[in-house]
Amino acid sequence: MPEAAVSAEGVKVGVSQSPDGRRRVSVCAGTACVFAGSLKIKDEFETRIAEAGLQDQVEVSIIGCHGLCSQGPLAVVSDGDTYYPRLKIKDVEAVVTEHLAGGTVVEKLLYTDPASGERIACAHDIPFYKAQDRIALRDVGVINPENLDEYLARGGYEAARKALTTMSPEQIREEVLASGLRGRGGAGFPTGMKWKFAAASPGDVKYIICNGDEGDPGAFMDASIMDGDPHAVLEGMLIGSYAIGAHDGYIYVRAEYPLAVRRLRMAIAAAEERGLLGDDALGSDWSFHLKIKEGAGAFVCGEETALIASIEGKRGMPRTRPPFPAVSGLWGKPTNINNVETWANVPWIIAHGAAAYAAYGNEKCKGTKAFSLAGKIVNGGLAEVPMGSTLRHVIFDVGGGIKDGKKFKAVQLGGPSGGCVPASLLDTPVDYESLAATGAIVGSGGMVVADDTTCMVDLAKYFLQFTQNESCGKCVPCRLGTKRMLEILQRITAGDGEEGDIERLESMALNIKKTSLCGLGQTAPNPVLTTIRYFRDEYEAHIFDRRCPALACEALVAYAIDPEACTGCMLCARKCPVDAATGEKKQPHTIDQSLCIRCDACRAACKFDAVKVVSGPAEIEAAVHAQHT
Amino acid sequence: MPRREATPAAGGAAATPGDDLDLSQVAVIVREIDPHGNLIALLQRAQEVYGYLPESVVDEIARLSGIRASRIYGIITFYAQFTTVPTGRHKCFVCHGTACHVAGATRITEALEQELGVADGETRADREFSLDSVACMGACSQAPVMRVDAETYGNLTADATRKIARELLETVAAAQGGGSDA
Repeated sequence: MPEAAVSAEGVKVGVSQSPDGRRRVSVCAGTACVFAGSLKIKDEFETRIAEAGLQDQVEVSIIGCHGLCSQGPLAVVSDGDTYYPRLKIKDVEAVVTEHLAGGTVVEKLLYTDPASGERIACAHDIPFYKAQDRIALRDVGVINPENLDEYLARGGYEAARKALTTMSPEQIREEVLASGLRGRGGAGFPTGMKWKFAAASPGDVKYIICNGDEGDPGAFMDASIMDGDPHAVLEGMLIGSYAIGAHDGYIYVRAEYPLAVRRLRMAIAAAEERGLLGDDALGSDWSFHLKIKEGAGAFVCGEETALIASIEGKRGMPRTRPPFPAVSGLWGKPTNINNVETWANVPWIIAHGAAAYAAYGNEKCKGTKAFSLAGKIVNGGLAEVPMGSTLRHVIFDVGGGIKDGKKFKAVQLGGPSGGCVPASLLDTPVDYESLAATGAIVGSGGMVVADDTTCMVDLAKYFLQFTQNESCGKCVPCRLGTKRMLEILQRITAGDGEEGDIERLESMALNIKKTSLCGLGQTAPNPVLTTIRYFRDEYEAHIFDRRCPALACEALVAYAIDPEACTGCMLCARKCPVDAATGEKKQPHTIDQSLCIRCDACRAACKFDAVKVVSGPAEIEAAVHAQHT
Repeated sequence: MPRREATPAAGGAAATPGDDLDLSQVAVIVREIDPHGNLIALLQRAQEVYGYLPESVVDEIARLSGIRASRIYGIITFYAQFTTVPTGRHKCFVCHGTACHVAGATRITEALEQELGVADGETRADREFSLDSVACMGACSQAPVMRVDAETYGNLTADATRKIARELLETVAAAQGGGSDA
């Protein structure tokens, strides 16, 4: 942790006031909260506030992802930044009458810290937020992303003004280089260096692109920035356009992010109307025009040459490099591509200086990195920590550890291109080089935590299924190699594994990594290689014992009822969709193995823990036999 | 993520879907969006208007733009968003991102397949339902999640999914003729 970091200003989570000075209820409208019903909560707040006649004093506003998604739907009241998690419709009335009208915090609705059991009123005091330093996410969850004034009130576009009116393009490039900022899309190339190459490329027409094709399943940092603080991306690109000498820019957004597209369009229109973008931006003589390009559903388009082909209206297939886009990119012109989070960091660096940014992080990796935390973790959500923080810090201090008191097994980083890191390596610092040494990658920042109910072979199969589906088919190693590897994994999880399968997977993986055309194929085997490296025993259990230790592979498990525990309550029989679970009232039930589809409905329903899941031929036989004794 | 079949004849709905469509909108779209610089956006717009991209629409785009149909199909089959078969009146999307996968998304899809009588990646013959697996929706903390039309559901179990599906079936049955004569 950087002790000598800049003051807390701008890096801790906060809630802004309404621009007109009213008190405010900020309702999180991040994707997870919306899934949890936050928009209905917002409506209820509006209704109740109007009923209480408070609408002149209290504003209800939406905010982008506030971060702690597992506590959604959540709202924050501006006085004292009072934090109300997991709100239900019926809770809203109490917040309005007791807190907003009566001035008393509603104690019973506050967040309870799972570690201490104490209630915490203020968002800033919750360990999840306290343990973070937010630069890229500085305004996400703080401002209403649809209101430019709120971005301006927090110093928005001041960095661009400083850059365009007081700095030379070269000074900006040097500042970004000195900050140590590296590509946050995963490759980690120094951003300032990339800008220098594009600036040095001959030609009058140049382009800059924002890569918003965040395709890694389990990663939603970029989406949260685009729909939670779109102007940060726009301002970063404006600064970059001037530093590189590009008058035109594109933001390429994944098809699955309609909200990001809508918010970015609104932001561009608002910024153009105020003269912040477009001709003579910010009253300077610099012109910069920005367009949105919507993807159409192809993971490979996250690769820069494929992305460029897609903007040109072609099939999004990568090509060999060189020439690099800095020399020949969009429409054959010099082009600079950075990822959403990289762009969002730029205004902060210009505003606070390279040294302030470089004060975060370790020797090789400066600044902070946003991560999405998902899977079997207590505090699922969006978090930003200094580069070089350990995985343990992220997963246990920020993430609150493993759900339901279970044991940490592995964390999957970097999605389909990344790998699984086991418990023994939890003290690995999160930086590009240290994680690469484990076989995983920082990647775009998705962290999915697995506990002992997650089968590592199944997880590897899941990712390979994904990359195999998304392979564009241009080069043979990726198109056919991933398919053959997937077939082996399918056999193993179906109980038909053979001796030599592990070695076959390893040798194919290395060849695919060496010979594929682009990053998709070159990294596709990583999930398989890391799970073999750290969890070889699980592969062996599947192959040699026909057993899935995590009890996750359906073909290798059976459901049977423990006659000692069964009370004959008939709930399993009622829940079973295929009538495999049967029995007389108050008599031990049984599950017919020939009918059972292993849907888990009976086990989930049973209140007496009588439905057992077992794996391995001997264990299955014993459990099934026991049903009939 | 099984992609929707791209062969024009597949899908189990009408034999040659799209024959009865009013193609006059295609000319408007081709005028609005430059087919040579912006073919993807043009196809997105066409799909928005027609709901899918049948042979007749593709042929009309080809005729008006001078771009060969083979090239247009090259784009359509490359990107998962495009479909050449009609989708259902009710569209179900089950998230199969990593977090949803480890939380049991497969069981959610299986439950919908059984209850609604439609295979993953397909549209039911009567075009009431289509079911698709999609990559991460970004709501990982509510995993497993799904979307049915505009409605979103989080923290699902197979059992809860079956309940939602049965309610959906009832709504459809009621709309089809107000009868309870299943």
